[in-house]
Amino acid sequence: MRSLTINGETHEVDVEGDTPLLFVLRDTVGLTGTKYGCGIGQCGACTVLLDGQAIRSCQMPVDSVDAARITTIEAIERDPVGAKVVAAWVGVQVPQCGYCQSGQVMAATALLKETPKPTDEAIAAAMTNLCRCGTYNAIAAAVRQAAA
Amino acid sequence: MHDLLPTAPAGGPARADAPVRNLSRRGILAAAGGALLLGVGVPVDPARAQSRAEGAGAIAPKPGTRVTAFLEIRPDDTVRLLSPFVEGGQGISTGIAQTVGEELDLDPSRFAVACAPPGPDYAVVNGLRLTGGSFSTRSSFAAMRRLGATAREMLLRAAAARLGVPQAQLATENGRVVHAASGRSLGYGALAEAALALEPREDVPLREPDRFRYIGKPVSRLDVRDKSTGRATYAIDLKVEGMLHAAVRHAPHLGTEPERLANEAAVAGMPGVHGVHRLPGAVAVTADSWWRARRAVEALEVAWSAPAAEGIATVSAGFSSGAMLAALKGARGTPLVAEQEGDVAAAFAGAATVIEAEYDAPYLAHAQLEPPSSIARFERDGTLDLWVPNQMPELFQSVAAKVAGVQPDGVRIHSPMLGGFFGRHFYYGPATPFPQAILLARATGRPVRVLWSREEEFASDAVRPLGFARFRAGLDGTGMPVALQAAAVGEGPIGRWFGAIFKQPVDSSVIEGLDKKPYAIPNRRLDYVRVPHPVTIAFWRSVGHSMNDYFYESFLDEIAQAGGQDPFALRMALLKDSPRHRTLLQAAADLAGGWRRGPFAAPDGSRRARGVSMASPFGSETATIAEVALQDGEARVHDLWIAIDPGSVVNPAIVARQVESAAALGVSATLLEQVVYEGGERQARNFDAYPILDRGRMPRVHVRIVASGAPMGGIGEPGLPGVPPAIVNAVAALTGQRIRSLPLSKERLSGA
Repeated sequence: MRSLTINGETHEVDVEGDTPLLFVLRDTVGLTGTKYGCGIGQCGACTVLLDGQAIRSCQMPVDSVDAARITTIEAIERDPVGAKVVAAWVGVQVPQCGYCQSGQVMAATALLKETPKPTDEAIAAAMTNLCRCGTYNAIAAAVRQAAA
Repeated sequence: MHDLLPTAPAGGPARADAPVRNLSRRGILAAAGGALLLGVGVPVDPARAQSRAEGAGAIAPKPGTRVTAFLEIRPDDTVRLLSPFVEGGQGISTGIAQTVGEELDLDPSRFAVACAPPGPDYAVVNGLRLTGGSFSTRSSFAAMRRLGATAREMLLRAAAARLGVPQAQLATENGRVVHAASGRSLGYGALAEAALALEPREDVPLREPDRFRYIGKPVSRLDVRDKSTGRATYAIDLKVEGMLHAAVRHAPHLGTEPERLANEAAVAGMPGVHGVHRLPGAVAVTADSWWRARRAVEALEVAWSAPAAEGIATVSAGFSSGAMLAALKGARGTPLVAEQEGDVAAAFAGAATVIEAEYDAPYLAHAQLEPPSSIARFERDGTLDLWVPNQMPELFQSVAAKVAGVQPDGVRIHSPMLGGFFGRHFYYGPATPFPQAILLARATGRPVRVLWSREEEFASDAVRPLGFARFRAGLDGTGMPVALQAAAVGEGPIGRWFGAIFKQPVDSSVIEGLDKKPYAIPNRRLDYVRVPHPVTIAFWRSVGHSMNDYFYESFLDEIAQAGGQDPFALRMALLKDSPRHRTLLQAAADLAGGWRRGPFAAPDGSRRARGVSMASPFGSETATIAEVALQDGEARVHDLWIAIDPGSVVNPAIVARQVESAAALGVSATLLEQVVYEGGERQARNFDAYPILDRGRMPRVHVRIVASGAPMGGIGEPGLPGVPPAIVNAVAALTGQRIRSLPLSKERLSGA
């Protein structure tokens, strides 16, 4: 058994230490807002915050998480920056299929927590998640709106 | 080992070595009784299909008319709307709510929309039910308006009886029936039970379009908040009590089978493993978590049967996409004439100039971000619940019934929201996971969820066919085309999967985009040469248009060049008989600040050029201009200006975003994408080797909707087909290189 701090709550999980955090969140803890897209850290659909930093949870073995605080999309509106990001996502009407958007919202929240007024270059550098529906322009507009 | 092969019923899951087209030969879609009823061998029994119908109706309901099949108005005044269509990003749930809400007089935001279960009420697409072909809104718009109006009239009638006043004195106000004279009102929720028991009237007038409050307005999407907070639920997120997780590994060559497992006992002893299974063309492990199942199935040492050594009749050990293209180029079959006008031979004989070119486009993956999954659960009474991403519930029900060995009405299909589809979720035999879930649920006696890893999805996804076309044009002394001959060679998804109902010998999905052009070229001939692919082929956003409009519109620029004409001016001249197309082409130019081909220097100092194209996909018309620069030998698309004429629209905001979304996929395919086979195996197994459009390559997309009032066309796909030729035509202007084979990433581009 190992102990994880997820969205401010402690969870005891019984999994192999090399299990990616992504599948612990989704299948063991039941937080399915974080998505499996590629499993190799390419697409970013699995993005969560680890001590406030955006990470790709498919590339994070659960035994590397240690005592770090995990924040998932389910709790993102409890963070004031996260709440602004979600409001901008709704205001700009960003999602199409929506499958990548949990990860996009997490990446945007991490960016704006670190850099409240990002340049277009900073947005491009931080927002590398893939979107097959091509919502990239709407995402950039929403990030700018949330930063305004 | 749980060997599932013997338990698979004859004709069950399509065996990879028995080409899936056999299914269509047996009549996967059987025509019956005027309406098309779906069935694999066994058409849906009309009597059973009606058993859920209201009353003891002796005839099948007219699709789209039975209010209670679509609307559940609850006492708390919320409304559940059962949609014939599945939501996968295209915004159809919102559009349907706008359309019904307009006539029902209820704000669309108060609807909860779900995809309806199988049933004859929902066959609103010309007697069929499917979410695809950019058909949803245009096929159902009239019926959904009438449904809303009919329901509103029933609520008014019920209120008149309840309040004891003449119905003519009543009005509605966003979910309430109001009696102005007495100041009394009743919510729809309080009236619903009485209202929905009434006999519907067939003569209810519809709202005048100039009084629309929701139709034609940029109403907010219903699903945006849930999709921005992780609450939207896709198939992959579902869980049922007691379910096992299954991971699969498919045969490296489509059509081969697992023969021996060297380490089965060791794998069976891995943590959490429930069982090791053989499936048609695959091995599987069931376990208490998907990660454990995946680790175990990847640890299996499998000896597979040998594929054929050579050839393109099957996915042989020697099969490659290069060999397939060579076969298409070398095909000598007798062509079928798909379109003919004038006297082509005489026109070529009298032409001042003749040019020829060959074009090709590769196999493409859907690469929707949600990997496919499915949950199967057998109930105590032998019936089956199936949670499955799908674009055609009745077809999936029929196939599932065959696989499970039960009657179709013993299969309950649950259709979750799709994490992207682009054509991925029609039934594609071995590219479809749900038969595996059924077989594993049967074998284990437990509910089973099958989830394909991204690697298995890239290996087994049904692909957009590799395509090839050959062109020849004759120009007169003034440089105007007088003859155009084209031949499309290959196979399309209509012929493969729907050949039994669309019996035309010419496969429309192979030639669309080459035929029915608006250009005034007096002598034309279009041929179709059928060459089947051994791989599993699919519908892919805009289907044949996804490549044919590139072929045609790029060759049209070659004609312009050969005739010494500007490509925009040539198109305008050839559109002399079609004011609708001239208006649209001019609208695209106006949106772009005027047409100029270039090359020219952009304000940022980069050297750029523009390309133009037109397309007539799915009942809509588009004109597209792309502005392109070169960057490190790659084409960099800066702007796309797209004018679209879909006749009329329900939600202009959703339309604009769908056009942008389709355009993004067009840019992605043009620049980057190809599924490559070598040695009979697909080379790319994940996004690292199959790059798709990323933020850095996303152009600005400017959309203008030109609602001409023509019959309503499609929206989900039409933004795509004009994009590849507009980009390639810009590249030709910029570099002098005419790229006749996609993607552009195969070539290193350099300035002319």
